[in-house]
Amino acid sequence: MKPAPFDYIRVDSADEAIALLAEYGDDARILAGGQSLMPILNMRLAQPRLLIDIGRAADLGGVLIDDGDFCVGASVTQATIEQRARLAQEVPLLAWSLPHLGHFQTRNRGTVCGSVAHADPSAELPLCLTALGGEVVLRSSARRRTVAADDFFQGTLTTARESSELVETVRFPLAREGVRYGFTEVAMRHGDFAIVALAAVVSRSEIRLGVGGVADRPRVQVWPRLAGEDLDDALNRLAWDLEARDDQHATAKYRRHLVRTLGKRLIEGLCEVSR
Amino acid sequence: MKRFDHGTRHRITLTLNGRMCSGYCEPRMLLSDFLRQELGATGVHVGCEHGVCGACTVRIDGVAQRACLTLAVMAEGREVQTVEGMAAAEGTLSDLQAAFRRNHALQCGFCTPGILMSAADYLSRVPEPTEAQVREMLSGHLCRCTGYTGIVRAILEVAGERAARPWAGGVSRV
Repeated sequence: MKPAPFDYIRVDSADEAIALLAEYGDDARILAGGQSLMPILNMRLAQPRLLIDIGRAADLGGVLIDDGDFCVGASVTQATIEQRARLAQEVPLLAWSLPHLGHFQTRNRGTVCGSVAHADPSAELPLCLTALGGEVVLRSSARRRTVAADDFFQGTLTTARESSELVETVRFPLAREGVRYGFTEVAMRHGDFAIVALAAVVSRSEIRLGVGGVADRPRVQVWPRLAGEDLDDALNRLAWDLEARDDQHATAKYRRHLVRTLGKRLIEGLCEVSR
Repeated sequence: MKRFDHGTRHRITLTLNGRMCSGYCEPRMLLSDFLRQELGATGVHVGCEHGVCGACTVRIDGVAQRACLTLAVMAEGREVQTVEGMAAAEGTLSDLQAAFRRNHALQCGFCTPGILMSAADYLSRVPEPTEAQVREMLSGHLCRCTGYTGIVRAILEVAGERAARPWAGGVSRV
């Protein structure tokens, strides 16, 4: 499998990248780590005219804490984040979910923003970003805008990004006092895309449950602190509302079962320790 | 900004196993093909070509990654290590290679170069891993011969040897 022909431009800055996006629009694709894009190119599912490699753009490689958010620049790899000593204190959901994301060898190269921009409905990072109520910063030559994760992800491989925009930064809210975070998933093999992935955020007053792998994008449900049969009923309603479908990996029925059982286990575990 | 147009072969230079090497490639040429066809590093094995099997794993600036998910032009100016660089010039195996042989960690050998590259990078960052950690790292490689048992044993053995002899330095630790 070899990619179809394309031109390749390696840029040194974000400004150069967005100038090229303004010129080429949909004919261009941003290449950062390539761990989502390259398989698609090799299989010729995408045949862009131009690849814009931002891997060496110095101003896109930053990680910083700003205004209560953990901000990750466009060319930062998943491994860079995973290796942070304090990640489990900063953004616990990232620390729990990153080991499930592909493999050691793909996290070494794959970027956080790239996974978000790719928007696979069963990917872990879009799920965590949505469950936490995070944001995506988009930049074009005309403007910079910030979009809530829930609005950014619109469907399978479909986002609110316009063709002239670069996903410049992704903002994950930092862990808050008194809030517990949990992540779990079921996949055919370790590192595969999840059949069902769940990210839960439990505070004293509410439960937020994000579900990936079932609907065409990560979906988040917010409940008060339910327990027992009330929680069972709420999870059952959610499992049906997601409108799961059969595919080659799992049946819709199995996915509903996973949402109910894994959801209950995850939420009850978090509620117990935060009581 | 540097531009490479399609349909034209461009000369690119990188460091392969410590030596500066040049070759020609179109922008769409995968690093795996460039290393094999232009530079003759046929220890880089090509399996699935979409990042799943791990056979083409090489180290770029020390970091293990898929050569089939990397364009040759992306590696311009980088330091690339392949299995060819592991043994010493006179043929003495590195400690990892020797442990693989001792532990029957390979049979057909197709997946082995990639696994060696991953293990070398991984042990440089996690010098004393648990068996579970080694297995997690190995999840990025498919081996259909060994059942992985020998591979896990070989990697753990090397970690143990290095921990017991920290003064051995980097002699055979490519």
